[in-house]
Amino acid sequence: MLIGIKNASKLVGISIIACCAVLVCTMFLNFYMDVRLIQSEITSELSLIFYNAQVSTAQVVCLVSGGCLLMTSVIMLMFYIKHYIDTHKKELGILKALGYSNFKIAKSFWVFGISAFVGTATGFGSAFLLMPWFYTLQNEDKMLPEITINFHPSILLYFVVLPTVCFSALSVCYAWYKLKKPVLLLLKDNLEAASKPPKHRIENNRGLSFIADLKRNTLKSKKTLVFFIIFASFCFSAMTQMSFSMKDLSSEMMGAMMLIIGLVLAFSTLFLAITTVIKGNTTTIAMMRVFGYSQKECCRAILGGYRPMSYIGFIIGTVYQYGLLRLMVDIVFRDVEGVPTYKFDFPVMLISLVCFITVYEILMYVYSEKIKKISIKEIMIE
Amino acid sequence: MIKVQDIIKSYGSGESRFQVLQGISLEMKDGDFVVILGASGSGKSTLLNVLSGLERPDSGKVFYDGADITVLSDNELTAFRKENVGFIFQQYYLLPNMDVDKNVKMGADLAGNKDYKTVITAVGLGEKIHKYPSELSGGEQQRASVARALAKRPRVLFLDEPTGALDEQTGRQVLDYICKLQNEYGFTLIMVTHNLNIAEMANTVIKMNSGKIFEIYTNETQKTAYEIGW
Repeated sequence: MLIGIKNASKLVGISIIACCAVLVCTMFLNFYMDVRLIQSEITSELSLIFYNAQVSTAQVVCLVSGGCLLMTSVIMLMFYIKHYIDTHKKELGILKALGYSNFKIAKSFWVFGISAFVGTATGFGSAFLLMPWFYTLQNEDKMLPEITINFHPSILLYFVVLPTVCFSALSVCYAWYKLKKPVLLLLKDNLEAASKPPKHRIENNRGLSFIADLKRNTLKSKKTLVFFIIFASFCFSAMTQMSFSMKDLSSEMMGAMMLIIGLVLAFSTLFLAITTVIKGNTTTIAMMRVFGYSQKECCRAILGGYRPMSYIGFIIGTVYQYGLLRLMVDIVFRDVEGVPTYKFDFPVMLISLVCFITVYEILMYVYSEKIKKISIKEIMIE
Repeated sequence: MIKVQDIIKSYGSGESRFQVLQGISLEMKDGDFVVILGASGSGKSTLLNVLSGLERPDSGKVFYDGADITVLSDNELTAFRKENVGFIFQQYYLLPNMDVDKNVKMGADLAGNKDYKTVITAVGLGEKIHKYPSELSGGEQQRASVARALAKRPRVLFLDEPTGALDEQTGRQVLDYICKLQNEYGFTLIMVTHNLNIAEMANTVIKMNSGKIFEIYTNETQKTAYEIGW
């Protein structure tokens, strides 16, 4: 096997996102399917309204959370495969030079689907563990008849088997597409660079300092990482704020679950993004250190540009969670009695922002210590 | 004046510990053109790294005008490099997403050098100031890295096999530029190479083998890049 399980294990980010997506979607979809089985038993109008609200909630959560997380997993997978090929170009070039066909090399990329399997299977299993509690919570006021938990094989098929197969196929196809380059381009980095003009030609410098120029350049050269940083802060902001509102609208447990999912997603994505930024700029950092740029200046140039992006993500998350909860309260639970009124919680937003800034700055400090340890030897050995 | 006293440097630990520099002592005058010659693994690049403050020796001292740089903290060493030294490497290490102008600015900004474009012109890249490294030949890339190093107005310029990745003609051209600029700016030049012919261009030649200096000599007359055999 050209690509091993060890390589797939590096896709822990995809596993985490897939796990969260499947956990949330399985719980709500299973509930949706089970609650529909008792539709004929509902007699009162009030119960019917409540039933409709529960069905709509399940649909909205499945579509919004599942869709958003699935899209992120796919982007992350594409990003990782591209990153893997870019950093292993020489080895893949040697294999091609030895006579391995593109398809034979690409075929071994199926193992990346394992990360999706680990995530989805864990999410699916966890959902069934939490389901008794979740069902009780959803029918806390006993407005609906007793809902029994049923196992729906179609959910297993759609949320575990299908994503695993799709992710494996996607990995193979994408790797095959990326491997279509001539052998020499894979073997020699310089040749590839020379064969295409630079993507980001910056016009006259407008008097910017080198640090400011580099900051702009780092940001422009890897747009996927900008997306991940925005996504991470979006998750942090939306999920932490939503978890506080959930405490009032649903239950404390639901709020806690949301908080944990949000934090796990935010940290795993942020970790992946910043690690990749630093790895991708090792030569630049090493040269800056050699020339006498301080640790602080290196951090400002390489990581500084992502700070405003993280705040943009935080703002989007705040707007998203407000919009989603407004939608739920005003439209989905419009006719249900006893649903508390929902207003934008400014103090919670402020607390969340302070926590976010603190956590982000601690992370930046940890990574600045990593930058300090990068030496010219690392790039010379390469 | 650079003075080196009993430098010892080892890598690895336990049984695999290997002493790369075994008690090196030497002196270099300001404005010297010093070539450190030696086969692969002789310790010449490690000596260059220790001399320039990139690495700390296990023991021994490195004095710049009487000040020992081996006792400096990491931040002080960074400041020392910022103010005193420039580097040119075999693999150029230009920043790929930045044009020649921005790459040279990397060095120039450290010295507050606003007039750095004259250095770009001096190395013959005036016409290619807005070209990216991928659009330059190997020789042009190395000249860009020479300009980047000189734009920070170093007192000492360290070169690690600067012509190692270049063909003979381009290598001569790059060396010629470096020598001309040394005459103009008067910096000390310390070059590591395994090319014996380049040694004829230097006024001091240090020969190394197995982590030790086995010969130091001075050239009465220095040859130009175009006079040496390759």
